[in-house]
Amino acid sequence: MAEDKDSAEAIVSEVHRKISEAFDVFDHEFNKTVDVREIGTIIRSLGCFPSEGELHDIIAEIEEEEPTGYICFEKFLPTMTTVLMERRFRPIPEDLLLQAFEVLDQQKKGHLEPEELTKYLTQEGEPFTPEEMEEMMSAALDPDRNVIFYKDFVSMMSVDNHR
Amino acid sequence: TSGSWDVALQNQTKRTMRAALLIQRWYRQYVARLEMRRRCTWNIFQSIEYAGEQDQIKLYNFFGYLMDHFTPQPIAFLGNLISHIFREHDIGRDVEWESYKSIEVPELYSGPHLSFPMTFSNAAELVEAFKNKQQLHSRYVLQLLVESWRRLRILPNISQISTCHSKEITICGDLHGHLEDLLLVFYKNGLPSSERPYVFNGDYVDRGKDSLEILLILFSFLLVYPNDVHLNRGNHEDHIVNLRYGFTKEVLGKYKLHGKKILKLLQKIFSWLPLATVIDHKVLVLHGGISDTTDLHLLSRVDRHKFVGSSRRRVRSLTHTTYTVTRHEAPRRSLQVQTTRVTYSVEEELKKRRRQAGLSQSYRDLHNSTMNSDLDSDPDSGGELLDSNEDEWKQIVDLLWSDPMPQDGCIPNDVRGGGCYWGPNVTEEVLRRHNLTLLIRSHECKQEGYEFCHNRKVLTIFSASNYYEVGSNRGAYIRMGPDLVPHFIQYQANRSTRELTLRQSVGQTERSALKALREKLFAHKSELVSAFQVYDPEHKGRISLGNWASAMEAVLKLGLPWRMLRSQLVGETVDGMLDYQLWFRELSITEHKTEVTLTQTMYKNHSNLETIFRIIDTDNSGLISLEEFRQTWKLLSTHLQTDISDKAISDLAVSIDFNKDGSIDINEFMEAFRLPSAQVLHEI
Repeated sequence: MAEDKDSAEAIVSEVHRKISEAFDVFDHEFNKTVDVREIGTIIRSLGCFPSEGELHDIIAEIEEEEPTGYICFEKFLPTMTTVLMERRFRPIPEDLLLQAFEVLDQQKKGHLEPEELTKYLTQEGEPFTPEEMEEMMSAALDPDRNVIFYKDFVSMMSVDNHR
Repeated sequence: TSGSWDVALQNQTKRTMRAALLIQRWYRQYVARLEMRRRCTWNIFQSIEYAGEQDQIKLYNFFGYLMDHFTPQPIAFLGNLISHIFREHDIGRDVEWESYKSIEVPELYSGPHLSFPMTFSNAAELVEAFKNKQQLHSRYVLQLLVESWRRLRILPNISQISTCHSKEITICGDLHGHLEDLLLVFYKNGLPSSERPYVFNGDYVDRGKDSLEILLILFSFLLVYPNDVHLNRGNHEDHIVNLRYGFTKEVLGKYKLHGKKILKLLQKIFSWLPLATVIDHKVLVLHGGISDTTDLHLLSRVDRHKFVGSSRRRVRSLTHTTYTVTRHEAPRRSLQVQTTRVTYSVEEELKKRRRQAGLSQSYRDLHNSTMNSDLDSDPDSGGELLDSNEDEWKQIVDLLWSDPMPQDGCIPNDVRGGGCYWGPNVTEEVLRRHNLTLLIRSHECKQEGYEFCHNRKVLTIFSASNYYEVGSNRGAYIRMGPDLVPHFIQYQANRSTRELTLRQSVGQTERSALKALREKLFAHKSELVSAFQVYDPEHKGRISLGNWASAMEAVLKLGLPWRMLRSQLVGETVDGMLDYQLWFRELSITEHKTEVTLTQTMYKNHSNLETIFRIIDTDNSGLISLEEFRQTWKLLSTHLQTDISDKAISDLAVSIDFNKDGSIDINEFMEAFRLPSAQVLHEI
C-alpha cells in the first residue's frame, strides 16, 4: 500500500512538473503569471482538446475575483492537475475526425470546396476567425485542384502530431 | 410528412454543427501545439546563443585562470601578451595606413571604382555593386576605411541631432551582416541623404555573411552625408567578439592578401565609433542599455577610443573584478584583456621580465613592474593608473551590453557576462536625471522586429530578419518626426517565407533548432550518461522520462522545457522508460559521429578552440605549428580539468597535419570537428 502511495505521489509530481514547464514557456516576466489569452495554448499543448466554451469555463474557475488579465500559477496548477488526472478533454480519434468531414461533405464527393468548408467553419459551431480560417485553408487546400481532400489533410496533420 | 422532413433537417443541422465543432476543436488544439513548438524553438535558439556568449566569458576566465595559476608555460604565453598590448599603439601612425596607395587596381577588376571625396552616386553605385554580389577592391576598402577613421575620430562620444523642419529620422537596429535586410530597408525607405537622415544602432557585423559590405556602405554614406548619418557602436564592434562570431573569418576569406590590414584598421575604427545619439535632447539611442550609474555627462568626456573592446583595457590592471561575486565560486572577471596575440618564441622577453619581477611573483606584480618601464613608449596612455578609468570602462560596457528586465533594480548581466540587467525604476531615474523621454536600444532579437518595455519608455529595435533561421522573426526600423512618436515598419527578407504556412515555417525553424540542440547533446554525451546513471544505480540502462528531463537540465543548464521537447528528441520509450544507451547510439547515427572521447571534448569546446587558435595564429596566416597546437590544447585541457594524455594530443596533431609539413591549417582542423551541414550555429 505504501508503495502504491509512493508511485501515486511520483505520478502527481511528474504531472506537476509537466504543467510547470508548459506554464513557464509563457511566463515572460518570470513571476509565475501568464497572460490569460495564452491559457488556451498552454492547456492544449498539454494534450487536451477543450472547446472554446470549456476553455472559458476553466478560465472563469482560475481567474482572480477581480480579473487582472493574468492567471497565476498557484491557481492554475491544482485545476490543471485535476484536468490531466481525470483525462478531461480527451483527444479526438482520427476516424471520428474523418467522419466529421464526411458529414460536411453532404454530396459525398470525397473532397470539399473551399467555399463550403469556409462557410461551415466560420458560421457553425464555435466559428473560426478569418485568420484561423485562412491559416487552415493554406494548409488544407490542394493548390492544383483548388479543393480540400480531407482524408489526405487529416492524415497529414496526424503525422505531424506524432512527431 | 412535413414534420418528419423538419426532424430530418433538424438532425442534419445538428450533425453539421457538431461536425463543425469537432473540426474546430481539433484544429485549435493543433494550432496551440504549433505555437508551443514555436516558442520552444525560440527558447532553444536564445538559450544556445546566450550559452555561446557565456562560453566567450569562460574563455576570458580561462585566461584569468592561467594568470592566477602561475606556471612557466602560461608565463611565456602571457609575457608576450604584455609586449603585444603595448606594441598595439603602433596602429596609430598614419604612415602605415597610407600604404594603401601602393596597392594597384588591375585593369581586369570589374567592380566599382571609388574616388575621394566620395559623392552620392559613388555610394549608390557601391550599394548596387554589392547587390550584384561584386567585391570592392582592397585598395578602395582600405582607402574608404582610412577616410572613415578620419571622419569618426572628430565626432563626439554622443551625437546630438534634431528633427527640424519636417525631417523624419530613421533608426535601424542590429544588422549582423544581413545585407539583404539593409537593402530591403533602403528599398522601402530610401537611401540616406540630407532629407533622409539615419541612425544605425550598432552590431553591423558578425553572424551574417556580408558584414564588411554593410560597414562599407554605412561608412560611404557617412562620408557623403556626415551630418545626416549617425553610427552608434555595438558590442560586436569589438575585434575579440569578431574572432568568435565570424567577422574576422569573413574578412580573411574575402581578402586573402590584405585581410589582416583591413582587420587592423577596423579594430581602430570600431574604437572610434560614437557611443550614443540623442534626438532633440529627448530621445536617447544606444546599442545595449543603461545601468543605475549611467552618466551621460561622464560618457561625453571619456576618451572612447581607449576602450578597444569590452575585453581590452589598456591602462588598468588585467585581473580586476568589477562586480561583486554572485553565485559563482570563482571571482568572476569582467570581460577583459589578454587576448591579442601570442607567439611562443620570445624567451628573451620572458627572461628579462623574470629577472625584473622575481620568479615567484604573481602575474599582477609582473604586469605592474613592466608597465612602469613601458609607459614611456605608450603615447596614448596618459601615463597614470586612474581609478576613473575603471568607472569609464564600466560606463561604456553597460551601454553596449546591458538588457532590460521586468523587475526593478540593477544586477550584473551574467548571461552575457558584461553590462547589467536594469529595471523600470532605473529607466525612470536615468531618463529623469537627463531630462529624456525615451530610450531606444537594440541588442536583443525580437520576433516582430521591435518591442516596448518599461511602460513604453524603452524601445528595442532589431533590423536583422530571420536572425536565427528563415522565418524566425521579422526585422523593423523606426521613423520618427518632430513629435518624437516612433512609427514602425516591419519586413522579412527572403520572399519565400511569406508563402510558407505557419506550419511549414515553424517546422523549418524547429528543425534547425533541434539540430543545433542535438549537436549539443552529443557533445555532452559522457556527462549526460553519468547523470542518467545516477537515476539508474543498478545499471539497467533505463530511466524514467521525468528523470531524463531532470538530468538533461542539470547537465546542459539551458533552461529549456525538456518535457515539452521530449517527443522531438527521444524516439521510442517502453512503459515510459527510456533506454538511454540506445538513444545515444541513435543520436550518433543521425549525427554521423564517431565516438572518440577526445573528439567529443574538442567538439564541445570547438568555438573556444577556434577563438584561441585565431589568437595564436598571430600573423593570421591560417596556419599554426604542431607545437603551438599541442601547447594550446594542453592549456585548455588543464583549465577544463580533463585528463588527456600528451600522446593522444600528439597523435591527434599529427593525424590532422594532412600534408605532413609540421603545420596545421586552422580551417581544415575545425572542419574535422564539424558535423555535416551543421551550419546554423557556426556560420550564422
